[in-house]
Amino acid sequence: MKVKTFPHGIHPPEIKERTFDKAIEVMPPPEKLTIPLLQHFGSPAEPLVKKGDEVFVGQKIGEGTALFSASIHSSVSGKVLSTDNHIHPLGHSILAVTIANDGEDHLLPSLQGTKDPFSLTPDEIRQRVKEAGIVGLGGAAFPTAVKLSPPKDKPVDTVIINGCECEPLLTADYRLMLEHPEDILKGAEIVRLATGAESIIVGIENNKKKAFKIFQEKAKNNAAEVALLKTKYPQGAEKNLIYALLRREVPRGGLPFDVGVVVQNVGTTKAIWDAVSQGEPLYQRVITVSGNGIEQPKNVLVRIGTPFQNVINFCGGLKENVNLLVMGGPMMGVAQWSLETPIIKGTSGLLAWKAPLSYFEYSCIRCGRCVEHCPMGLVPSQLMKFVKFDNLIEAENWGILDCVECGSCQYSCPAKILLVHWIRLGKNKIISLRRKNKA
Amino acid sequence: MDILVPILTMAALGLFFSAGLVFAYKKLRVYEDPKIEIVSEMLPQANCGACGYSGCRAFAAAVVKGEAPPENCPVGGEEVANQIADTLGIKAGEIIKKVARVHCRGTWNAAKSRGSYLGISTCFAAHLIGGNKQCSFGCLGLGDCVLACAFDAMYMSEEGLPVITEDKCTACGKCVDACPRSILDLQPISQEIIVFCRSEDRGPIARKVCKNACIACGICVRACPDAIILENYLAKIVDFKKIDPEKIPDIEKCPTDSIGRLKKENER
Repeated sequence: MKVKTFPHGIHPPEIKERTFDKAIEVMPPPEKLTIPLLQHFGSPAEPLVKKGDEVFVGQKIGEGTALFSASIHSSVSGKVLSTDNHIHPLGHSILAVTIANDGEDHLLPSLQGTKDPFSLTPDEIRQRVKEAGIVGLGGAAFPTAVKLSPPKDKPVDTVIINGCECEPLLTADYRLMLEHPEDILKGAEIVRLATGAESIIVGIENNKKKAFKIFQEKAKNNAAEVALLKTKYPQGAEKNLIYALLRREVPRGGLPFDVGVVVQNVGTTKAIWDAVSQGEPLYQRVITVSGNGIEQPKNVLVRIGTPFQNVINFCGGLKENVNLLVMGGPMMGVAQWSLETPIIKGTSGLLAWKAPLSYFEYSCIRCGRCVEHCPMGLVPSQLMKFVKFDNLIEAENWGILDCVECGSCQYSCPAKILLVHWIRLGKNKIISLRRKNKA
Repeated sequence: MDILVPILTMAALGLFFSAGLVFAYKKLRVYEDPKIEIVSEMLPQANCGACGYSGCRAFAAAVVKGEAPPENCPVGGEEVANQIADTLGIKAGEIIKKVARVHCRGTWNAAKSRGSYLGISTCFAAHLIGGNKQCSFGCLGLGDCVLACAFDAMYMSEEGLPVITEDKCTACGKCVDACPRSILDLQPISQEIIVFCRSEDRGPIARKVCKNACIACGICVRACPDAIILENYLAKIVDFKKIDPEKIPDIEKCPTDSIGRLKKENER
C-alpha cells in the first residue's frame, strides 16, 4: 500500500519501544491537586469557586466567557483550599484552584448523557463540547468548540482524525487508538455531524501498523477512510497532514476551514464522544511518561491538575542525576523546573532525561540543511538573522509568521543554532508590536 | 548670417527654461516656517523619539505649529524648553525632571533561579519561556534595557540588576519600552521613596522565591496611610508628595528591603 506524506521534514529516532506495548494504567487521584485556569489557547477562565467551597468531580470551577476560551472542571471531589497564582507548565505563574481530594470521587449528579447522540443538532453538539471544556489534546490546546463552528462561507467537506503522533517517545495516542477505537470513530462521526462534512479520514503513521489494522476493520461499518502515512516528523502538524492526505494547501495565515477541512486529534475525538454520550467533562487525559530518567515508563490516565511529582512517583520515580524534565514531546515540549507544576489539558507527555546540557553554538555555515528540512518551506537561517538584527519587517516578508515551531530546522542544524528560539522571539516581537500599534 | 540661428535658438531655450524656473518658484514653492529650523537647532538632536514624534525636526515643527508644548522634550529639559519658549514668545509649562528607576531587587543571590537557562541571552527571549528566575515578575538580568539606552546612563551590576546613573538619564523612556516585564518606569527625580518590587504573588509565595520581595505586610502603609496603599499584594505609592519626611525611617523598617530610599552609587 502506498503511504502518503508531505515534502521536507525530518525523521528523528522514534524511541517509542519503552511504552509501546504498555496498556494505559489508571492513576489514582492525588490528595491535593492544582488546576490552572488557563489550559488552552486564548484568554483565561473566570474562577467560579472560592476558598472553602465543596466541589464534585466534573463540576465547573472556571467559566470561559471569551470566544477563544474554555471552561475548567474539577477533577476530584473535595474542598477548595485556595485560588492563587501557581506555577504553570508554560512558564508564567497563572491563577489556579487548589483542591484537597476527599477520596470519595463523587461525580456531579447533574451530569447527563444522551441516549442517541447521533440525533443531536450541530448546535447541541457544540454546546455540549463547550460545556465540557474540551480543547485540542494534541498539545496546542485550541478550544474545540471553535473548531467545530465553521464559518458559513467556508463549508467543510472532510474531517481528518489525526492519529499520527509523530513526536518521538510519545505513545499515548497510539494506546488510545488500540484500546478505544470504537469511541474514536463514534467521536469522529459526531465531529462530522457538527461540521456538516461528508467524509472522515483517519491518518495513521506506518510505525503504528497494529492501530491501522484495527481501524481498518472497525471503519468498515462506519464508512470512514483509514490512510497510512509515512513515519516522518512533523506528519501530525495540521497543515502538513492536510497536504499529505488531500494535497490541499492551507493559505498563508489561514485556517483549515479555508480548504474545507477540520482536523481533530484522536484524544480530542474520544473526549468529544465522552462529553456528548455521557456528559462527561474533560477532567482526565492519557499521557506518556518516558525518557531515560524514568524508572518505569508508562502510559497513564491522569487527572488534570495532578502535580508532576505524583505522576513521576507513580512511574517509579526519577533516576539519579536527571537534569532535564520536559512537558510534551521532545521536539516541541517545554522544559520544566519544578515538580509542583500540574498536568494540564495540553500535556501529552512527561519526559525526564539524563542529558549533557552544555553546548556551544557555532556560526551559521550556510549549509542549507534547515531550508531542506523546513516543512513550511521557509528559510530559517535567514529568518534568524533578520530577528538577530531587528529587521522585523523583512522577517515578516519572508514568512516568519508561517513557522509552526516544529523544531526540524534546529534538529538538523550542524552549528547547533537556536533557530526556533530566535524565530519565536521574532514572532512574538511582531505580534506585540502589532498589539501596541492597535492600542 | 549663419551665426544668428544658434544665438536665437540658445536665447529661446534660455527664455523657455527661465520661464519654467519662474513658474516653479512662484507656483510650486513650499513655504516652511523659518522658525522650525531655529527651534530644531536648539533641540539636543538625539532623535530618541521620547517626545512622541519621529525625530527632533518633527517635534520642532509640532512646537512651532503649537501642537506640542516645548517642555515635552525630556532630553533637553528646562533649559531648552525656556530657550524655545523665549524664541517663540510662548510660555513653557512646568517641567518635572524625571528619571528611569528599577523596581526590583532580585539579585542573583536574593532571587532563586529556575535552572540553567540555555536560550538566547536577551530578556525578551527569556521572558517567552517564563524567565530564568523563579519569580515571574522580577528582573531577568540579561540587559535589554542597557542595550536600549542611547545616553550611556545604564549598566548591569555584578549582582545582575540594571543600575541607572541618574545624572545621565534623560527620561527618554527607551529602557521602559525595552523591558518585557515593566521593571522600569519614569519617576520624578524628587521622589525619594521607591518600591523595589513588582511581584503580585501573595506574601508566602513571593517570599519563597525572592528574599527581597514585597510580602504586603503593610508596615509602610501604617507609616504613611495617605501616600502608600497595598494593591495586588504589593505596596504602591499613590502620591509621593504626601510622604512625611519624618516617617521615612519607619518606612525603611521594611523587613524585606523592598521599599525605601534609592542608595547612591557610592553607598552600594
